[in-house]
Amino acid sequence: MSLCQNYGQCVFEAPRIFHLNDDDKLEHLAEANDDERDQVESAVDVCPMQAIRIVD
Amino acid sequence: MSTPAEAPVVIVGGAMGGLRAAEALRRAGYTGGVKVVGQELHAPYNRPPLSKDVLSTVVTHEAVAFPERAATADVDWVRGVSATDADLEARTVTTDDGEVHPWKALVIATGLRARRLALPELPGRQAIRTLDDAIALRAQLTDVARIVVLGSGFLGCEVAATARKLGCDVTIVSPSDLPIVRPLGRLVAGEIQRRHEAKGVRFRLGRTVEHLDGEDRLTAVALDDGERIEADVLVEAIGSDCNSEWLAGTPLDLTDGIRADAAMRAVSTDGMAHDDVYVVGDIARFPNLMFDDVPRRVEHWNIPTDTGKRAGAVLASWLANDGSFADAVAQPFTPMPSFWSNQFELALQAYGLPSLADEDGIRLLDGELSGDAIVGYYRGDRLVGVVGLGMKAALLPYRATIAG
Repeated sequence: MSLCQNYGQCVFEAPRIFHLNDDDKLEHLAEANDDERDQVESAVDVCPMQAIRIVD
Repeated sequence: MSTPAEAPVVIVGGAMGGLRAAEALRRAGYTGGVKVVGQELHAPYNRPPLSKDVLSTVVTHEAVAFPERAATADVDWVRGVSATDADLEARTVTTDDGEVHPWKALVIATGLRARRLALPELPGRQAIRTLDDAIALRAQLTDVARIVVLGSGFLGCEVAATARKLGCDVTIVSPSDLPIVRPLGRLVAGEIQRRHEAKGVRFRLGRTVEHLDGEDRLTAVALDDGERIEADVLVEAIGSDCNSEWLAGTPLDLTDGIRADAAMRAVSTDGMAHDDVYVVGDIARFPNLMFDDVPRRVEHWNIPTDTGKRAGAVLASWLANDGSFADAVAQPFTPMPSFWSNQFELALQAYGLPSLADEDGIRLLDGELSGDAIVGYYRGDRLVGVVGLGMKAALLPYRATIAG
């Protein structure tokens, strides 16, 4: 449960943080900066599997 | 009773759309009272796993609950009650426990309920809309169970695939002539049927259930052509009805859900938009100018989040009363419809509104239908939807084309 299924919705919300590669696998590219907080909050919201958690 | 000036924003509906509206109010700087009134006893949770993981493994509410955010910790949740009436003049909502809830703004997020067959109650009949529905169904899906799924939409096909993977004997009965044909068109629908049949799912298409056998529990279902299928469980996945009856005494336009404008303000039958009443989620019939100005209800997973955020932001601006409201209303609102489905090995993903395509506007764009493929849906020359069978990364440029 709650594991990434590579839907790629987070990529649209936080493109510097998440990437869908050519093998259809989701990659976590970078840790978010403070000013990217809203982007990552949106990525949490749009994940169909609710697989993203923010760890402060 | 508090005066209207002290009254909170009341959100009716305690699922995903209501939660997102409450969060958006806080994000936009509204610090006043928020009360959420809802039928569900559970805190808001994610529904897609209900037809998949919740049926195949032991999943608790905790595993599917949306994370709670600090900003909405002071929201007043009233669970286990249903709204029975609203008065837009007096600004009140009445619930089935007799309480009257005054509001300074109202957010309607009452969503849909599973449509049921008009047949006598009998153990073995199952809907699947809530977490408790899914948990009850799971207990009956043993590997010797015989399951009839009535309805061949996304939900019916996902339940069928999950039950089949668990070893159940599965038959899909549907009035349609192909599964999931309305949202996906005949090309993809035919391929989905083929993949289900290859896994041993049987179809009885163009049929419906007319009669149930069984005294203490379901033993068989009888179809309208006289066929009798032995069954331990009947899953009724025949669509949904809008929970809008409680608004019957208001002037709101209740044709197919509740009409809203592109700011998610509720609209009356005379066309007037209410600055203090908003609609979110799959009960909202609203225009998406990405396609045209026709108000539509959209039952995709992303809609409660997109409309909840939009309604919360516009409403916060109205409540702030700082001159920003006209700008907030005029902001473009063109959420990209997105949906997904997992059935056996198939991972289907879609963007846009494929159902808007012309009858001859559905074309294979990449790959092969029997394997991984991308199918485009055109209205005239314009790409209005795209469906991927696999090929998630290759789908993304088409999403950008749809957005225009």
